[in-house]
Amino acid sequence: MEKALKITKLKKTYDGKIHALKGIDLEVEQGDFFALLGANGAGKSTAIGIICSLVNKTAGEIEVFGHNLETDREKAQECLGLVPQEFNFNVWEPVLEILLNQAGFYGIDRKTALGRAEELLKHLELWDKRNEQANKLSGGMKRRLMIARALIHKPKLLILDEPTAGVDIEIRRSMWKFLTQLNAAGTTIILTTHYLEEAESMCHNIAIINKGEVVESTSMKNLLSRLSIETFVLDLKEPLDTLPEVEGLTLRQIDANSLEADIDKSRSLNFLFEGLSKHNIRVMSMRNKTNRLEELFISLVEKGKVNEIPETVTTTESTEVQA
Amino acid sequence: MNTQQNLVAFKTIIVKEVMRFLRIWVQTLVPPAIMMTLYFVIFGNLIGSRIGDMDGFNYIEYIIPGLIMMSVITNSYSNVVAAFFNAKMYGHVQEMLISPIPNHVILLGYIGGGMARGILVGVIVTIVSLFFSDLTIKHPLITIGILLMTSMLFSIAGFINAVYAKNFDDISIVPTFVLTPLTYLGGVFYSINLLSDFWQTVSLANPVLYMVNGFRYGILGESDINPWVSFGLIIIFTAGLYTIAYQLLKKGTGTRS
Repeated sequence: MEKALKITKLKKTYDGKIHALKGIDLEVEQGDFFALLGANGAGKSTAIGIICSLVNKTAGEIEVFGHNLETDREKAQECLGLVPQEFNFNVWEPVLEILLNQAGFYGIDRKTALGRAEELLKHLELWDKRNEQANKLSGGMKRRLMIARALIHKPKLLILDEPTAGVDIEIRRSMWKFLTQLNAAGTTIILTTHYLEEAESMCHNIAIINKGEVVESTSMKNLLSRLSIETFVLDLKEPLDTLPEVEGLTLRQIDANSLEADIDKSRSLNFLFEGLSKHNIRVMSMRNKTNRLEELFISLVEKGKVNEIPETVTTTESTEVQA
Repeated sequence: MNTQQNLVAFKTIIVKEVMRFLRIWVQTLVPPAIMMTLYFVIFGNLIGSRIGDMDGFNYIEYIIPGLIMMSVITNSYSNVVAAFFNAKMYGHVQEMLISPIPNHVILLGYIGGGMARGILVGVIVTIVSLFFSDLTIKHPLITIGILLMTSMLFSIAGFINAVYAKNFDDISIVPTFVLTPLTYLGGVFYSINLLSDFWQTVSLANPVLYMVNGFRYGILGESDINPWVSFGLIIIFTAGLYTIAYQLLKKGTGTRS
């Protein structure tokens, strides 16, 4: 089966001296929810810009669903939808007009476009705003408008460049839900984000770009399985005076009623509770501390050593357990 | 995209552009009407009556074709330069760059938008001129042909200006320091027969002279320049500038980093 996206030896050099991309190779399978991560200036946006014909490449090849972006540009572009990082619609145009114009650029007749626009705007809760000028929308609405615009021609591959930047948690979660549904319906999605829990919770595969090179490209499961230790935050029933020493656990006291516990992933949670019970410590609830991907990301990007996984790595899923 | 889809995309760009200048009609349509009314009052009625005839016509009759053409030129140019520069500045040009629209369709769409405004302003100025003079058109086909070609030529020129423009100053430098002098010295207000041989020869290097005179021939039936020479030169200029504009768009100059 052809790849949704195949990048071969892609290079971009600005002004003959700034090497934004140093010959990256990347493959994204059809139907994937793919995370493309990297620090600011790593080369993510340049790569996306080249894929979407917004930046000229220096060298390399790109295929979108088997269509070469250079020799079969129109077919390749028909498959692509982009939600860019910055708001880039004409703020003086009404919401509905922005969608209809975008559909028109893909050669979609107005009647068909109206039907699709209505469906998308209703789904993204913007239908009531369809006649408002775009500059009157809130930040979250503008983000959703950009998603609707990117989907108006039903792209097979949707690229989202930090779609939830600056969006409050409620809207962010509703966008996650929408994107997950979209992916389940068959749209391949590539996501760049600085919210690593977003990538961890939604994406199946991941690539990390650092200084113009792909330093890691693997499945999310494989990447996270490299972690050996997880950290939990425990809320205690009674205040703790002194921190006990428990063999096989590393404990840190946060305040009188809460602890952090590092546990080797090879051990069961029962081991944790047994160890605490021996010291009459009773746990009311527990949760994972931060996100594991963040620790891995820092390890890969800042240290540049893929195999050096930090000792204290924690998880994201909120699995509250009553003890 | 097939022909039908290209037509939809072309129509989308033109409608978008027409809606843009209609939305801001106070900035785009009213000023030329006011300015040309002042020209007709001052140069036509007040000063014109003292100047007397020019090439056998009342002065106001003589300058009307030139003033209409001046409005068409400046409005065709400024519509495209402003529209495409804004699309670049605020990023919505990306809506088209990411889509499969052929570059020819993008270019023709913007040219169509510029022509729509240029011709609409030309019609408004023509209507205003009817309050000052009885306008009869001697050669309607030549008049319309020169009008359309000139509007197209300056729409393309505006597009090229917008491609290279990096800030708002860059979109006003050419109209102020190039277009306006060329227009004023292009025989809008006088016949080049009034000039010395040397300055007549120099004037022949001004492309606007051919457009103004071609249009004047269409309306009055008299001109300093053979209208077919005007047509020929306008076609050559248009083809040349279109080729340049298309190559710039294809290469991504000013639009793709």
